[in-house]
Amino acid sequence: MTKTDENAVSNLPISPLDLETPERPYLDSNELIINMGPQHPATHGVLRVILKLDGEKVLGTECVIGYLHRGVEKIAENRTYTMFNPYVDRMDYVAAVSNGLGYCQAVEKLLNVEAPPRANYIRVILTELNRIASHQLWLGTHALDIGAMTPLFYTFRDREEILKIFEKYCGARLTTHAFRIGGLQYETYAGFEKDVKNFVDFVRPKIDEYEELLTGNRIWIERTKNVGVISAADAIALGVTGPVLRASGVKWDLRKAQPYANYSDFDFEIPTGENGDTYDRYMVRMIEMRQSLRIIEQAVAGIPEGPIMAKVPKVIKPAVGEIYHSIEAPKGELGYFIVSDGSTQPYRVRVRPPSFVNLQALDIMVRGLLVADVVAVIGTLDIVLGEVDR
Amino acid sequence: MLDQFMSYLGSTLTPGQANNQLWALIYVLIIFAGVSVAVMAMNWLERKALAHFQVRLGPMRVGPHGLLQPIADAVKLMIKEDIIPSEADKFVFWIAPLIGLLAAFTVYTVVPFGPSQAVSDMNIGILFMLGVSSLAVLGVVMAGWASNSHYPLIGALRSSAQMVSYEVAMGLAVVCAILMTSLHGLGLYGVSKLSDGTGTLSMIGIVQAQQEQHVWFLFKFFPLGLIAFVIFAIAMVAETNRAPFDLPEAESELTAGFHTEYSGLRWSLFMLAEYAAMIAVSSIAVTLWLGGWLRPFPNLLAGPTWDFIFALFPGLTFLGLGAIAFLGTVRMPKHPYFKIQTIGLAAFGVVLAGIGVLLLAIPIAAKVSNHDILNRSTEALMNVYWFVAKVAVFMYLYIWYRATWPRYRFDQLMKVGWKVMLPISLGVLILTAIVGVIL
Repeated sequence: MTKTDENAVSNLPISPLDLETPERPYLDSNELIINMGPQHPATHGVLRVILKLDGEKVLGTECVIGYLHRGVEKIAENRTYTMFNPYVDRMDYVAAVSNGLGYCQAVEKLLNVEAPPRANYIRVILTELNRIASHQLWLGTHALDIGAMTPLFYTFRDREEILKIFEKYCGARLTTHAFRIGGLQYETYAGFEKDVKNFVDFVRPKIDEYEELLTGNRIWIERTKNVGVISAADAIALGVTGPVLRASGVKWDLRKAQPYANYSDFDFEIPTGENGDTYDRYMVRMIEMRQSLRIIEQAVAGIPEGPIMAKVPKVIKPAVGEIYHSIEAPKGELGYFIVSDGSTQPYRVRVRPPSFVNLQALDIMVRGLLVADVVAVIGTLDIVLGEVDR
Repeated sequence: MLDQFMSYLGSTLTPGQANNQLWALIYVLIIFAGVSVAVMAMNWLERKALAHFQVRLGPMRVGPHGLLQPIADAVKLMIKEDIIPSEADKFVFWIAPLIGLLAAFTVYTVVPFGPSQAVSDMNIGILFMLGVSSLAVLGVVMAGWASNSHYPLIGALRSSAQMVSYEVAMGLAVVCAILMTSLHGLGLYGVSKLSDGTGTLSMIGIVQAQQEQHVWFLFKFFPLGLIAFVIFAIAMVAETNRAPFDLPEAESELTAGFHTEYSGLRWSLFMLAEYAAMIAVSSIAVTLWLGGWLRPFPNLLAGPTWDFIFALFPGLTFLGLGAIAFLGTVRMPKHPYFKIQTIGLAAFGVVLAGIGVLLLAIPIAAKVSNHDILNRSTEALMNVYWFVAKVAVFMYLYIWYRATWPRYRFDQLMKVGWKVMLPISLGVLILTAIVGVIL
């Protein structure tokens, strides 16, 4: 990262998509308005992108979201703090553990309690496992969008091992509800450390295997290099976070920048890219998976003894006030803004979802590219529609 | 009619050359049935092989190891509702899959499975093949246009551009092979001068030229033949719209490309045409570069003993397939639920082994009795077997490509076609001519 990048003024050419397609007198050739989604194999759920095309060239896009809107934030106002905890798992359902961590920590901050170190270590292990699972799912679907079918099955095979650990720990595989406000409900099961260590040894060569299929592949490089470039200045101006921001060269990771949950105990690196293209984002995420393994190894080796739950009242009634707490979810900065009116239910919960904010960058990333690149860029942004629409 | 039937037996010409319409019809029916069965087998094999590449099992429910899956699919597609979009151009929509199918199957008229095992030996055979197979693009464009819908239109435009571009490089690679039928150089490459070379466009003639020159064109003027072959092998994948050049039906971009609006039987005709075209272009590649029906090492391992050993291969292959089926039977779960499947697989294994025994019996009987008809059947069997075996290798490669590579983008595809393949194939063509005349 260079300082000038960060301070450069960004002139984003964002304007609403003009859906008029003026008739051209010659050859009867119009610009084409195409609806990609909500039922489309490559939009990762129910995203609808309106594309304005000149032949295969993209003139502009407009995202139509809301097909998966479930009113999660409104639901929070009618639930107690504890009751709302499982709901957050349903936002980014491929990284449910991270969602839970963010919410629990935000409420803990509001209550002014701190989870004990043992709980924090176990939280870190599960969250980093979840980061790997999320990146594996991203890699599989992203590669499938670009036409490589096989990585999808390899990543799902290996992700299964992570889900097994989750299942053994808390009984659920996807929407885990693993954490509680103030710590953890469950002590680790016998053999948890061994399972995690085995997984680390198991998955390290598998990540090499994915890279073998893709990293040096000529077609993969041609499809991803200089595709969907976003400059550091633009990325910052749009509020883009996570691997997408880091691939543009900005070294910003909340685990380092504002350490939470004992992340400062661990030694790991923040990978950054240079060009901010799809290939860099791919490499950043691949390295992140390896760094997560490093964190997991250190955390497993150093789980301290002690309680797993802080002293939290049975009925959670935070004092009147508000709090914003954010963590580094696999997709970027996941923030919770909670307003308490002193009752058992939050007055307002506002979620800052990384997918929703990152999705804004789609339009400037794909303008001037071809239809096939739109698919690649949607994949590289790593959005989950459950989180975009909430 | 019986006269016509009997008079052809013992002929060494193709029915077309012998002017025998009855046998030509019989050959056409055999090839039509054979290709249809091959497409079904390929369908099953692709799903199974692809599944095993991808750590899954593939079809396992319909029949033992999903062996009846293609039949189930065919039945399903046939009884599906036939939808024609209301905005579509009905006549063109109706006729488009037929054109694709027609183009794919007409090509087989000149595919030589042996020196006399072809419907006809046209003196412009290879031109006919290239010409007819490129008609397939017409079906694709018509389908995309008639659907009157955005995604099919883009798919059709992509595929027309793609097929036309790659045909150029493909054609130049073919010309290399044709040059090689007449040019043999002055011995620098160790190419035999047994024949003066008979420049020919006939498919049978091209294989016979390889036979006479004692070299598959793949190895002739090394590495020129090899480069031309590789160009052809790449262009033929693009020509048949298969991965990594499967842009016209790129699922993740265009949902299903030019056949998005097609369903049921019409859609299955497109699939049939696609697979038939894959087999057809693989046949061209085998004929031009891999010595067609010739068995491996016909000169190095010559003599009646080696002939006999190679004649055993067809039977042994089927026995091997039977053994695999038998192994599957043994490994089948012992639960009563699987009883029918186990019996079915065992029966399938017995059928395969039976065919194997029959195919073994023919060359052995020929060896023992030296009867003319038996000798000729052995010969025919060998030719067809080696031809099909070589084509099968290409079909496997198709699956392998699909499992391994991502998809090219449209502009990159064009770049590869025009800026890489075309100059290389032009260069190889010129070099072949120079080498053939001077060296």
